[in-house]
Amino acid sequence: MPKTYEEINKKIKNNEAVVLRADEFIELVDKKGLKEAAKEVDVVTTATFGPMCSSGLFINFGHSNPKIKSGGGEAYINEVPAYTGLAAVDLYIGATACQWNDPRNQIHPGKFAYGGAHVIEDLAKGKDVRLKVHAYGTDCYPRKELDTWINIKDLNEAILYNPRNCYQNYNAAVNLSKKTIYTYMGTLKPSGENITYSSAGQLSPLLKDPLYKTIGIGTRIWLAGAQGYISWYGTQHNPNAERNNKDIPTGGAGTLAVVGNLKEMDAEYLRGTSMQGYGATLTVGIGVPIPLLDEEVAKYAAIKDEDISAPIVDYGNDYPICKSSDLGHVTYAELKSGKIKFKGKEVQTSSLSSYNKALEIAEKLKQEIKQGKFLLSRPAQLFPSSDTDKTQKPLNYKEPKKEIFQ
Amino acid sequence: MRNKLVLKFPQSLLDKPIISTVVKRFDLDFNILHAQTKPEGLLILEISGTDENYNAAIKYLENLKVNMQPLSKDIIRDENKCTNCSACIPHCPTQSLFIEDRKTMKVGFDPEKCIACEACIPVCPYKAMSLKL
Repeated sequence: MPKTYEEINKKIKNNEAVVLRADEFIELVDKKGLKEAAKEVDVVTTATFGPMCSSGLFINFGHSNPKIKSGGGEAYINEVPAYTGLAAVDLYIGATACQWNDPRNQIHPGKFAYGGAHVIEDLAKGKDVRLKVHAYGTDCYPRKELDTWINIKDLNEAILYNPRNCYQNYNAAVNLSKKTIYTYMGTLKPSGENITYSSAGQLSPLLKDPLYKTIGIGTRIWLAGAQGYISWYGTQHNPNAERNNKDIPTGGAGTLAVVGNLKEMDAEYLRGTSMQGYGATLTVGIGVPIPLLDEEVAKYAAIKDEDISAPIVDYGNDYPICKSSDLGHVTYAELKSGKIKFKGKEVQTSSLSSYNKALEIAEKLKQEIKQGKFLLSRPAQLFPSSDTDKTQKPLNYKEPKKEIFQ
Repeated sequence: MRNKLVLKFPQSLLDKPIISTVVKRFDLDFNILHAQTKPEGLLILEISGTDENYNAAIKYLENLKVNMQPLSKDIIRDENKCTNCSACIPHCPTQSLFIEDRKTMKVGFDPEKCIACEACIPVCPYKAMSLKL
């Protein structure tokens, strides 16, 4: 019998909801069958914890006396440039921004020890960070320079806004070139010596609701320990990516844009991350509850690692030039075993996202729901799914006229 | 007796053939795991021989004021920084970094197997691995 959001929330408020982590739900379905399990369980919790480059923070640092208009000027937090193209004292600092004096890849591979992501983690930890602003000065905002320590507790707002998180499935990366390469998929040894992946597989939110039947705009989520929201579908959301016979995308597909209050977040689940030779990024912990509204939603929530596969992509030759690799697919069950057979030899596999942390988050969200602290929200609007024409397009390159460069 | 040792040499000893003396005089086998002369003289050795010879060699080195410590302490994992992602595992040549349990995918670290090659340090995105000498 189908359940409604209202019925499930009523049970949550009465501490009567039956909540399982996605991995536990899989076991229950194996034991009792889908019909019985779908009836018994109200909510399945999913989660992921991995590097998500399209992440960043809006802050409003308050008006100084005399006033300064950072908009149109320059701003740095711990020497990391922040985007100023907003109103007077609003800034956006992106995860991948480097300190202005970072050598980046001039000494290859660069370390990227401190970037925007690390500023966000430091703020979340309650550390003081140094804000410097250079402005042009106006009649109403006469100040031209500001150099001060700021702390999250003094900021008017600190709103994490990540335009692309939680990729629904991803590539498995290999390097078939002759030299070691440094990528966002980690350090890849030459000649296909290791394979890396980055998904929580059977725990990952969008893989447990592959056609976006419950996850949509306005869904309340667990965002680094706070209650945040899905604000939109994420950039590069591509519901029309190839899918297998269980409707699971066989490569990158849907994405989420998420928002939440950094002041309520736990820095344990928001980590400044340094990818050798690639850059700084933010590792974000996200949990998404899936209400088992009917048997179909439950069927998808019970999908296993064995049913989810990632395409093997050669980052040494093909990826940089948008070429598809045609190296086959590998399931997350195989990837998680630590080694796979590839091109006739045994190759070590490892992950960039942490399944272990994802389990921890799915458990935390489960406990919050069971204790009545986390209610589910019905999406205000569902995402474009595979029945729409939304796709991800490459750049339509138009060669500028030569005189521009003369 | 078989042991992995980190040896630090004071400036005054850098031009002396200390290890070859130790090997000849005390009949020990050794395997060089790491060697450097800058910024200070540092050798990581796996030494093996009879207990008596091993202990005599250690005494000899102590008298020369060579600083010694067992290697196992040297690569340190900061448990608070480690996220158990497993990015380090394919880069560890001795499997001292490994998956403890495939159900939880928790990453284990066995300092006994570690040869302090430092391969894990730059590949860790969270700077959880560090060298303490």
